[in-house]
Amino acid sequence: MAAGIGGRTVSSAFAPIRLWLLLPSWVVIGFFLLIPVLLILVYSFLTKEFRGGVIWDFTLAAYDQFLFDRGLFGDDPPTIQWTYITIFVRSILQAAVATVLCLLIGFPTAWYIATRAARMRSIWLFLVTVPYWVNLLIRTVSMKFLIRENGPLNEFLLALGIIDSPLEIINTDIAVQLGLFYSYLPFMVLPIYAAVERYNFALSEAGADLYAGRWTIMREIVLPVVKPGIIAGCILVFVPSLGAFLAPDLLGGAKNFMIGSLIEEQFKGQAGNWPFGAASSMILLSMVLVVLFFYARGQAREQV
Amino acid sequence: MVTETKPPAVGIRSACKDYGSFTALRSVSFDISDNEFFTLLGPSGCGKTTLLRMIAGFEGITDGAIFLYGEEIENLPPDRRPVNTVFQNYSLFPHMDVAENVGFGLRMLGWTKGDIAARVKQMIALVKLEDFAHRRPAQLSGGQQQRVALARAMAPRPKVLLLDEPLSALDLKLRQNMREELKALQQETGITFIFVTHDQEEALSMSDRIAVMSAGEVQQIGSPEEIYEFPVNRFVADFIGDTNMLEAEVQQVGEGFVTCQIGDAQLTAVASQAVTQGQKGWLSIRPERLTIASDGLPATVEQTIYLGTDTQILARIEGGLNLRVRAQNDGARLAQGDCIFLNVADGAARFLVE
Amino acid sequence: MRGFDPRNYTGFLTVTLVCLFILYAPLIVVAVYSFNDSVSITRFTGVSLRWYADVFTGLEAAKFRAAAANSFSIAIMAAMAATAIATAAAVGMVRGGNFRGKPASFALISMPIMVPEIVTAVATLIFFSTIGFALGYLSILVAHIVFCIPFAYLPIAARLQGIEASFEEAAQDLYANRWRAFRYVLAPIMAPGIFSGFLLAFIISLDDFIITNFVKGAGVETLPTAIFGAVKQGIKPNIMALSTLLLLFSILIVTLSYLIGRSGNEKYQN
Repeated sequence: MAAGIGGRTVSSAFAPIRLWLLLPSWVVIGFFLLIPVLLILVYSFLTKEFRGGVIWDFTLAAYDQFLFDRGLFGDDPPTIQWTYITIFVRSILQAAVATVLCLLIGFPTAWYIATRAARMRSIWLFLVTVPYWVNLLIRTVSMKFLIRENGPLNEFLLALGIIDSPLEIINTDIAVQLGLFYSYLPFMVLPIYAAVERYNFALSEAGADLYAGRWTIMREIVLPVVKPGIIAGCILVFVPSLGAFLAPDLLGGAKNFMIGSLIEEQFKGQAGNWPFGAASSMILLSMVLVVLFFYARGQAREQV
Repeated sequence: MVTETKPPAVGIRSACKDYGSFTALRSVSFDISDNEFFTLLGPSGCGKTTLLRMIAGFEGITDGAIFLYGEEIENLPPDRRPVNTVFQNYSLFPHMDVAENVGFGLRMLGWTKGDIAARVKQMIALVKLEDFAHRRPAQLSGGQQQRVALARAMAPRPKVLLLDEPLSALDLKLRQNMREELKALQQETGITFIFVTHDQEEALSMSDRIAVMSAGEVQQIGSPEEIYEFPVNRFVADFIGDTNMLEAEVQQVGEGFVTCQIGDAQLTAVASQAVTQGQKGWLSIRPERLTIASDGLPATVEQTIYLGTDTQILARIEGGLNLRVRAQNDGARLAQGDCIFLNVADGAARFLVE
Repeated sequence: MRGFDPRNYTGFLTVTLVCLFILYAPLIVVAVYSFNDSVSITRFTGVSLRWYADVFTGLEAAKFRAAAANSFSIAIMAAMAATAIATAAAVGMVRGGNFRGKPASFALISMPIMVPEIVTAVATLIFFSTIGFALGYLSILVAHIVFCIPFAYLPIAARLQGIEASFEEAAQDLYANRWRAFRYVLAPIMAPGIFSGFLLAFIISLDDFIITNFVKGAGVETLPTAIFGAVKQGIKPNIMALSTLLLLFSILIVTLSYLIGRSGNEKYQN
């Protein structure tokens, strides 16, 4: 470290060959992801070919289909098409609710784990990390198994006499919500844990010394300090929830479509409308970019 | 006697270093002789570490040149410079044991296995770690790690050894022992040492010569005595040791001395450079060069601080100025309000410009 | 009087236990029911390993075996390629000094995580179809390499950031050229990070359903797509046995990664 310059100097032992080190990742991701994502934009303006694929004629049909209903033969006066807008709004709401639920459960959990003694902490952390590594499909299938009409949850509640007839959770918005919450809960815990672990508890003691109560300390001192971890957790839950496919598909059934299932159906399912799927993907991607943009701007501001 | 002009061990020529808008070094030039224990001393941010890292090759040079025994090296990468570094945090390779650490440089230089083993054995013996050759760094104390770092850096017989605050991580007692050992090691091996520190006591006790640095410039180069007794400017006098620094104006210019007004008294001082009458500057008087005497500057005791071997007395002279006096404890105790006389030793007062 | 401990908040332990209960309950239920002796998934009639036997020898065993072979071979190759690319990228980013476009480079490397998976899936499908790349084993492998790079990159870069630059400076000071400084000093110290990166990439590839589902083409299945296909017709007991096996495998991997990470940290810190 060179003395006198604010903070650490950036290590540059490999600067002369930097380009060669970075080139493979740039080429691979640039060629197989960046260009393809730009290609989606192009596809969203093309004409659909029935049973998948596109015809290279530029048109706004996909976006038009998203927003307007022009009747069965496309010659009625346009009215607002609510089907797809509803799907998007439902997706945003579901993702938002999942984020809030994950935060409500995830924050106290992360806090509790981060404040244990070192040995216990790593055991707790291990327990929270394991589900993160377990196949999402298997976890979603497990949830479906648990909450289905004749599933163990209903049997258990019936046996206890809490309910008289099985709860109809499966194939509802609640089931999808449960699936999202369950899928992404570890994503909320881990970044908050990292933030709380770095938190200096002398700050809380200083707060108590200056007559703040326990919950005032939490609100006035702790939350502002660990905020970056909370925001990171919220983004890690919100973004994948918004584009989720497995939870709505396996738990929500046909009526509770989210963006992910809508897109999937255009490419893999019956609909076979690639330009429409591309347009929906672009709209989803734009929403994610808006979230990430505000996040990045917030972070840049923190650093000033 | 015919003296062949041998090039200096290290020659720094107008070395400059900028980090964007921040200037770490502004045109530094000096020579370091063969076999010298040379210290770069200064507060953090003065550019001493940057200079050392430039000699080692970790920092590029913005402008200027660096010579090693007459050979220009500033464009060579670190692995092509025959100098080795003892790092501040030692940077011992955690996955290698002591012997592997010490032998690493030799292995990179392509020595044979047998030669490496012999040299490693010799170096480990030199730093008295024979019993620890197969320990990992994590299993050693701070002092032992320090010795491994030394052995590792000296094993390839560097032309110059660079030491970046190597003692700063040790506790006080160990630090004092290591000073003596380092000095002995340097004399034994005859390697030129360039030692970076912010600790003036370390610098004074070990060095042949010291370069005092501040704000990217060398303020003074000289032996420890010269630096301490004859500081060339206010910064050096203030940074090295303790001193009374008093604002002063030259009243009279004499042959090698000046007279200044201090409070109500006139003092004769040695000037660090040519001055003119009426010039403003500073008078520096070391507290231990002031003595309590039967006559001299009349003063009142304001405060005494007991320091063990010494007592520091804060004395107010006429005119309202406070002077610190350092007196050896001889049983006599002074109390606040006592009237005393202060004697300024000959040549103790120095007139300095900013 | 008890002292003030700013770490303790009433109720947080309860929430933590609820959190763990939620995370584990479905998995445990499925694991328990996978040992059910009955053909019906509703009634638990007795403990048996018949569905595990069914996974390996039953009617669908050949399908599962082929899917498992695809899944594991793709995961190993994709993780190795992604780890190699990510290690180079991490050294370039963390040890390459400051350069213009560093944020852009970071954004590009993390793009596969930032973009919703379904969008990545659509993009890859469209791209392969546009350039006429046949969908199948190879298209899955390529898509997985791309997708796994940031997952390998993050632990490797995190580890590298924790390693002081003076290690490779010391190596270079001791006459190691850049490659040898990496080979003999940086790489061994980074090893736990590289290994976690590899394991994470491996698991991510093994688990992936959405992208694989888009780019697999007809006839090629991986374990997740095979399971998904089977579940579409209802959850059968042999699927629960297969799921439990995969669950155990994941736990094995995460335990391995946890132990290696811990030993690596201890070696480095003390």
